[in-house]
Amino acid sequence: MSVRHALLALLSEGPKYGLQLRQEFEARTGEVWPLNVGQVYTTLQRLERDGLVESDGADDESPQKGFRITAAGDEELVGWLHTPGDIGAPPRDELVIKVLIALTLPELDVQDVIQVHRRHLIEAMQQYTRLKADADDDEVGLALVLDAELFRLDAAVRWLDAAAARAKRRSRSTASKTSTATTRSTRAARSVEVTR
Amino acid sequence: MSAVLELRQVSKTYGEGAAEVHALVAVDLVVDDGELVAIMGPSGSGKSTLLTMAGTLEEPTSGEVIIGGQSISGLSRNDQARIRRRSVGYVFQDFNLLAGLTAAENVSLPLELDGVNAKTAHRAALSAMRQLDIEEKADRFPDELSGGERQRVAIARSIVGDRNLLLADEPTGALDSVNGEAVMRMLRNACQAGIAGVVVTHDAQLASWADRVVFLRDGRVVDQTATPIAPESLLVPGS
Repeated sequence: MSVRHALLALLSEGPKYGLQLRQEFEARTGEVWPLNVGQVYTTLQRLERDGLVESDGADDESPQKGFRITAAGDEELVGWLHTPGDIGAPPRDELVIKVLIALTLPELDVQDVIQVHRRHLIEAMQQYTRLKADADDDEVGLALVLDAELFRLDAAVRWLDAAAARAKRRSRSTASKTSTATTRSTRAARSVEVTR
Repeated sequence: MSAVLELRQVSKTYGEGAAEVHALVAVDLVVDDGELVAIMGPSGSGKSTLLTMAGTLEEPTSGEVIIGGQSISGLSRNDQARIRRRSVGYVFQDFNLLAGLTAAENVSLPLELDGVNAKTAHRAALSAMRQLDIEEKADRFPDELSGGERQRVAIARSIVGDRNLLLADEPTGALDSVNGEAVMRMLRNACQAGIAGVVVTHDAQLASWADRVVFLRDGRVVDQTATPIAPESLLVPGS
């Protein structure tokens, strides 16, 4: 989540105070992403340094310090909204790494490892779904934020399902190879006995 | 809360010898009134078999199915069918509405089959349809309804009368995500009104509408989600 661009979006509606920006950010994201005051002011200072917002020049950390977006800020916001994220380089996902490592440990049941993560993800999804169930119909912003979280977690669950299916197929094929090898060696042993 | 559905050490085996398949192995499950439970698991894990056992559509190989405190195992086929007609409602992926009947006639059908007179059955049907906000479509035929509306009619049919156990097999499979969510919201509301619900699904987003998610693997219950903390307990210091 880009706090920087979220603040620019709020300022594109008109000038606002720092404290007001924090409150509006939290209200619109359904308080799923709490922000501390420090984060808001640090981000605003950087935006001002980069010429994307202007302040009315009051004390740096005063809640009454007003901010407004500049033309360059508007351009930055619109450009950001139209730029797809980087999907070329996958992040080093902890979950993926754990399952990959679990697959390499023969004493470990990878299905159990997968299930622990699956349950954890679905319990988190239940919490978000409860928030959605309790939300009013007109809270579209909140529903969209919750949907985004739910779809993200759902993707991880689906990946776990695929991983479980692949691991199962692999263990079957390993078992059948072992059994074929055993049958072959038994046959070979018998034929040696017969030859004798 | 009291248990509406109870499965005690339920096993189901199909075939014999080399072709023997253990579809369910010693499954224990309790679903209380007011509770919605989702059953998740990969294809072939026994989800649908569990639902047919719970709905008394098939006898378990061993173990006991108890509905509303009554064990089904010792009952005659007629008595089992009576419990099924009166206590259990089904929701299927493809709605299973009869094309030649109006929405209200579809909803009242289970009651009429059970000997309730047409007028009383119609009144009960409208009441169930009102709960699902679909009463105004009472006189429409299934092909005049959208997918979401058809599933609402099917849910109304599953809760009509005094049914207290609702069983659903991938009930949102034919719907888009927004309509699917609406269906799950309704199933959840129906359960909160006092019905026990069991939904079989492979979709985590839909399962997350349930109070509890039970995971099946190779016919066994391997895990379940923790019961969520009630909002009130968050307000009690130290809890």
